[in-house]
Amino acid sequence: MSPFRSLALAALGALVLVAEPGNSKAWADDTSIAVAANFTEPAKEIAQLFEDKTGHPVLLSFGSTGQFYIQIKQEAPFAVLLAADGETPKKMVDEGLAMANSRFTYAVGRLVLWGKNPKVPAGEAVLKSGAFEKLAVANPALAPYGAAGLETLHKLGVYEALAPKLVQGNNIAQTFEFVSSGNADLGFVALSQVITKAEGQYWLVPASLYSPIFQDAVLLHKGAEDPVAKAFLEFLRGPEALKVIEKYGYGTASAG
Amino acid sequence: MLVQSIGLTLQLATLTTLILLVVGTPIAWWLARSTAWWKEAVATVVALPLVLPPTVLGFYLLLLLGPQGPGGWLAELWGGHSLAFTFQGLVIGSVLYSMPFVVQPIRNAFEAIGDRPLEVAATLRAGPFDRFFTVALPLARRGFLTGAVLGFAHTVGEFGVVLMIGGSIPGQTRVLSVAIYDYVETGDWGTAHLLAGGMLAFSFVVILTMMMLEKRIGRAGS
Repeated sequence: MSPFRSLALAALGALVLVAEPGNSKAWADDTSIAVAANFTEPAKEIAQLFEDKTGHPVLLSFGSTGQFYIQIKQEAPFAVLLAADGETPKKMVDEGLAMANSRFTYAVGRLVLWGKNPKVPAGEAVLKSGAFEKLAVANPALAPYGAAGLETLHKLGVYEALAPKLVQGNNIAQTFEFVSSGNADLGFVALSQVITKAEGQYWLVPASLYSPIFQDAVLLHKGAEDPVAKAFLEFLRGPEALKVIEKYGYGTASAG
Repeated sequence: MLVQSIGLTLQLATLTTLILLVVGTPIAWWLARSTAWWKEAVATVVALPLVLPPTVLGFYLLLLLGPQGPGGWLAELWGGHSLAFTFQGLVIGSVLYSMPFVVQPIRNAFEAIGDRPLEVAATLRAGPFDRFFTVALPLARRGFLTGAVLGFAHTVGEFGVVLMIGGSIPGQTRVLSVAIYDYVETGDWGTAHLLAGGMLAFSFVVILTMMMLEKRIGRAGS
């Protein structure tokens, strides 16, 4: 074999290798699901159950609902969005980014005030006294739980007093991590993030202090022809998924 | 809001650069002159932020600055218990993050001087301090300029570390790069364009100015 020929063959081999991960078949098999960060743990469990049952793996991405909205507007390859609110999915249907009639409430979120510092017991009293250093909240413009946290502070009439103590997480997962690492005394997070953990103590914020967090799922435009995406949404409404959702402290649409 | 982020960014970059010039110069001098066998290990530690993902640095800083780390003990001096989400915390993070950009050019400049001028100065009875301040420093001024400009610009361009330890507090930790991120993420692309364009122009001007200044100083020095 001439040296030129072997070189050409090597180049061809390299091309095949480079092209492999991007070939269309590999992509068609992967169903990507955008998941609001508060739903991280239940989503992992549900995806596993779904795979066990149907043999189809799904790819989960976690972030804030607002981030996903912008990304999906920019053609991010998600087939399904599990949002942390109802407004964003509704807006996406209106804007043609998501399929009409596919939207439903998969969980009703519960807000908690969570802390690990024994000297700062999480509760209404501590918010009123302001006897702590930092309170972590998710960016209210992006994360519905962050907005609910601020709403709570406003309802309690302590927002002005506490504003200098607020630190902002990019999403509810980072907010959790700020408290978890001990850098913030308290944080408004989702019940689902702390319910299975033994550390710290939390205060279930009364539902009267914030607007209900109806978390809606929606089939996105990119997933319109994807049977796995549709099956996953169906599975999300089913009894197996419901059990997981309830285990993490969420309300369900039927129950309230 | 915008002005606040810009002011904060300039404040952070200026302070970081000044600290790095003070802290970095002796380190660079030692790295350039020492014959210790382990000096390249120290140089490697200084250079680590060049290759480490900002998330690694951000993660360790979050622990170091927190209540269980030295940052927390330091914060107790003024009644706090964590340096995360504070301007001081950002300064500490930026100093570590931008250190190689300041130390490396200064070290190179010191090394370029060689032994000869310092030996000549010694024969003229210049003491070690005298030699350093009147011979080494002026001869290495090009390295200092490069180091200062790169350190400043790199701190202005810092993002990942600030995102992890900052908490986006207006006036304290919400620097320009984080503000741009927030504007993009929340869909306020008009403001994002304004700031991003400004950063682009700023970076261009900084690098261009540095290149032209370096040329001039280089000519004057030779």
